[in-house]
Amino acid sequence: MTAAARTLATLRTGLFGTRTNTLITAATLLVLSQILPPLLRWAVLDATFTGDAGACTREGACWAFVSAKLRFILFAFYPPDLQWRPALVILLIAAILTASALPRFWGRTLLLAWPLTILACWLLLEGAFTATPIPSNQWGGLPVTLFVWAVCFAAATPVAVLLALARRSSLGGLRTFSVLYIELMRGTPMVGILYVAMLILPMALPDALSFDKMLRAIFMVTLFWAAYIAEVIRAGLQAIPDGQREAATALGLGYWRTQRLVILPQAFRIVIPGMVNLAIGFLLATSLLAVIGIFDLLNAARAAATDPQWLGFYNEAYIVVALVYFAICFSASRYSRWLERRLTAGRQPAGASAAARKE
Amino acid sequence: MSDRRVFRAVVPGPPRPGAFGKVRAWWGGWPVGQFAFLAVVALFAALFVHNVLETMARIGILPGFGFLSNSANFEIGESPIAFRAGDTYLRAILAGLLNTLKVSLLGCLLATILGVAVGIAGLSRNLLLSGLVRWYIEITRNTPLLLQLFFWMGLAKALPAPRQAAALFGTVFLTNRGIYMPSLSLEGGVFGLPAALALAGTGAIALLLALRAARRLTGRTGLAAVILAVAAAFSLLLLSGARPVAEIPALSGFNIRGGLNLSPEFAALLTGLVVRFSALIAEIVRAGIQSVGTGQWEAARALGLHDGQIIRLVVLPQALRVITPLTTSSYLDLTKDSSLAVAIGFPDLVSIVNTTANTTGQSMEALIILIGTFLAINLSLSALMNAYNNRVALRGGTR
Repeated sequence: MTAAARTLATLRTGLFGTRTNTLITAATLLVLSQILPPLLRWAVLDATFTGDAGACTREGACWAFVSAKLRFILFAFYPPDLQWRPALVILLIAAILTASALPRFWGRTLLLAWPLTILACWLLLEGAFTATPIPSNQWGGLPVTLFVWAVCFAAATPVAVLLALARRSSLGGLRTFSVLYIELMRGTPMVGILYVAMLILPMALPDALSFDKMLRAIFMVTLFWAAYIAEVIRAGLQAIPDGQREAATALGLGYWRTQRLVILPQAFRIVIPGMVNLAIGFLLATSLLAVIGIFDLLNAARAAATDPQWLGFYNEAYIVVALVYFAICFSASRYSRWLERRLTAGRQPAGASAAARKE
Repeated sequence: MSDRRVFRAVVPGPPRPGAFGKVRAWWGGWPVGQFAFLAVVALFAALFVHNVLETMARIGILPGFGFLSNSANFEIGESPIAFRAGDTYLRAILAGLLNTLKVSLLGCLLATILGVAVGIAGLSRNLLLSGLVRWYIEITRNTPLLLQLFFWMGLAKALPAPRQAAALFGTVFLTNRGIYMPSLSLEGGVFGLPAALALAGTGAIALLLALRAARRLTGRTGLAAVILAVAAAFSLLLLSGARPVAEIPALSGFNIRGGLNLSPEFAALLTGLVVRFSALIAEIVRAGIQSVGTGQWEAARALGLHDGQIIRLVVLPQALRVITPLTTSSYLDLTKDSSLAVAIGFPDLVSIVNTTANTTGQSMEALIILIGTFLAINLSLSALMNAYNNRVALRGGTR
């Protein structure tokens, strides 16, 4: 049977195999026929692709808005002549993420590259080596979303490792502290945490130490995410059989060397797919920064649609933002699935992985 | 239990540790270091609180919760309890809390119903249907919830004005002033609906406890007890003179009157939460059903059970063990994510606490109330679900 014939056969049984199946197909087609044509008319047939706001109609999408305001959606209020800097930030973060995604780069160099990349991004954004530094309230768009996300995730992971180890340890005081901290953070909505960053931190810190809104948000979000990451890492720690720790102790390794050389490398292998899923959730959650007035990607897109020249093209702006988020998160979740298969295949004996594949 | 003393007297070995020894063993190694760490944390916390109090004193705000009885000079868009500008802050915050609870409870309920339906549709052998479900789940899972809420809010505002509104089935009106739908309420009578519900609840719990004491509690007798309690409470309500009143919304002048009105903000928030979390629950349901091996299906078929029986008697009881803990955390996330209401102007707890903090300057107290309330909701919900989870979990064995 040729490939085309096989596809046709699959389609036929998949769509019209039984009477119920045919009914379901007909009902689904009926629903689709109600939804798709108006959508198509709006997005393509009645849409305006070029020109200015005057050329756009109420019936169709105004893609001219997107091409006119794309730069603003991506970089918001960043000084236009310096926008190569945030563009470079996007590239740098994309590069370090790609490197982190490939198992062959996993190692000490990568661990060192992370803080360096973040430092470079920070210097780029704040306008180092230019005449006037650029205050963080002028940062905006995609670089802010990616930067806050990368910094908070990278900074929260070491904190989370310590929290997870404390929660698993035999030290009663530290264990109680860790449990209380994790439950407190996980019981609070992120909006509440952001309000703490905006309202309480300025009052709690002495004037000499007061720092700007972006840094305060990064600080609190890091503490917040650490609790979530800690729970994922704890699951990994729990999956390591006790014999590993006992064997390490028998070899004369102390607590920290046992954790660093024996337990954590194995635990991380188990939790990486979980961490990727968490990272996807966090990237989506960075859009909450809009609540405290930081111009992340979503907020920048909203601001673009309040431009008096292009007033009210919210739908078009949202679609652009949705596409950006979807592209990143969809590929990341596909990657997570690939990685999970790869890691389980590496861990189990050949027979077991073959059985898993069969299932 | 009672022969424990005898048992202890017989067992040889070292003496049992005293109270101090137990604390010492619990505290574990590295005692001084732990103390030092906790002391530093406490010191930082004290420093923070001290600074906050000092700042408040400098700008002339009295710390403490006394402001709750002051009158709040703002209006609340909608509230389950009557609220006017000039009522106390306590009442405003209570109204916000009730709004949060309302949208969370309804959201959990509807998201579960839709999620189970979508999850089962995703397992369908029909390629078109399962493909459609796949896309539904991928799109809702991979875009920010806030973006989805903005989208639904935009849609709610773009609906036609009441005069031009199209009526679904002649009774449900979708307008830019909200959604109007028929309502059924009880009016008159000695006591109202909340009292009747409370009565039904107490009656049901009392009956269930009695059944359990008599060791007669099964799914069927339990259900019968609950139905009996609800029926008794409502017949009492009807006997006391309450009459059910059904209202169908209708256009009058420029507006629609009668029936139940959901504001655009509430409708958008509820739709956003339900769509988002139904996708998550659908994934959980799918994973749960797939976790039951095909061997179970084959064995059940060999025993002569038909599909409905297999699902009810074999697959569902096992799938629930996977589904319950995951759904619980979805419910908790939904409750927390209802706080995004603040971004679309629905007066939930977060939004009112924020307004309170801005108008009184008591941000510290306001946030303590906010975080305390969410913690209480979360911890009680997870305690409830853990209790249920222990019931459906595997008996014996390791977990």
